[in-house]
Amino acid sequence: MTDSALREIADDPSSRKRFFKMLGGAGAVSAATVFLAACGDDDDEAAAPPAASEVKDNNNSDLKVLNYALTLEFLEADFYKQVIASGLVKDAKVASLAKKFGQTEQEHVEALSATIKKLGGKPVDAPKTKFQPTLDKGLKAVLETAATVENLGAAAYLGQAGNIKSKEVLAAALAIHSVEARHAAALNILVGRGFGDGKGGLEGALPDGAFAKPMSEAAVLKAVKPFLA
Amino acid sequence: MATSRLVAPELASIKVQGLTREAFLMRSTLAAGAAYGAMSATGLISSALADAGGGDVDILNYALTLEFLETEFYTRAAKQVKGLSKYENDLTKELRDNEGAHVDALTATIKQLGGKPVAKPMFQFGGAFASRTAYLKTANVLEDTGVSAYNGAAPMIKSVDVLAAAGSIVQVEARHAAMIRLVRDRPPAPRSFDAASEMDEILKAIKPFIKG
Repeated sequence: MTDSALREIADDPSSRKRFFKMLGGAGAVSAATVFLAACGDDDDEAAAPPAASEVKDNNNSDLKVLNYALTLEFLEADFYKQVIASGLVKDAKVASLAKKFGQTEQEHVEALSATIKKLGGKPVDAPKTKFQPTLDKGLKAVLETAATVENLGAAAYLGQAGNIKSKEVLAAALAIHSVEARHAAALNILVGRGFGDGKGGLEGALPDGAFAKPMSEAAVLKAVKPFLA
Repeated sequence: MATSRLVAPELASIKVQGLTREAFLMRSTLAAGAAYGAMSATGLISSALADAGGGDVDILNYALTLEFLETEFYTRAAKQVKGLSKYENDLTKELRDNEGAHVDALTATIKQLGGKPVAKPMFQFGGAFASRTAYLKTANVLEDTGVSAYNGAAPMIKSVDVLAAAGSIVQVEARHAAMIRLVRDRPPAPRSFDAASEMDEILKAIKPFIKG
């Protein structure tokens, strides 16, 4: 009983459906309507609908954030792909985690690409990556890099929360953000970094202690630069 | 209650003693949310004051209730649960301290916004501390529930600073969830997209823990 209930929480297939519905697609209009209704009345918006130019600016601004996120997800997805292909991971438990995380990042790539298209934008191309030097260092370095990159990803999403204009896009980003955080915590524990010092940085399952810190786009792009060809 | 996917049977079976929605001071239709951390709170508060309406205070109070629940849960667990490994003990204390810091930060922020923090409810946890297994199971449910509560509410927060704070806290809740899941040998990130729950679901899920 208990296990099945927990599995339900874990594997609820409707969450994915709801997510894509939230982003747009067949039920986009009705989903958005329901979503906004659930937010309660917003007097300001009701009184003065935003001008068309403002809507366009907000849309463009969200597209920029989404394409930035897409770049990071491409990077993560490709890293896991190369790690699995390298055959470095022998431990079954770690291998299954890497596979699962990689699939998840790929789903993030697809969801973000679809969202960008729905908003009338053009998804960026996948960046050319450079993970071979990391792979050459062996399993430990690979897993540590994964742990660091996931901490980076979580901080990157957190850094964008306030920049997103659309509630639907924000909800989508949040749904991904907490998954990156889960990946980050799990990998940091697995590589033996423990909770971290709580003082910041990208090492540890709780590197900032009780309150996660955001990272700016500039800082994130600088940190991932070694992995870009 | 059976319809809520957040309510595990072991939670649903705990006796409910008349919690009402009003008990949460939930006057708005908003779901859940959070505030900024104690460390960074002061810098944010003045700007949060400028644009946070009553809605945000209600959300903060709802979040505060959830954090009270988690803090109390881990505080009692640290004292009562037998048979934890050293790591599990350390984890329990770390989570307790993190949730306590969330309580402090939320309380401070609500006050700074001119609101009144809700009183800490009386909690009951049934058999959750009877064994390592029962404890970790309940912790798993509470953390996953917390993540979905914050994710569901955050888009409704008006102040961009309060939103940043909610994001900061939910990221930590997600990390907790993953760590608890790992010690249970469960997938730390079972979904590609975490759920976003509405207030009704969350209220149902935590109701059994609150004494009337």
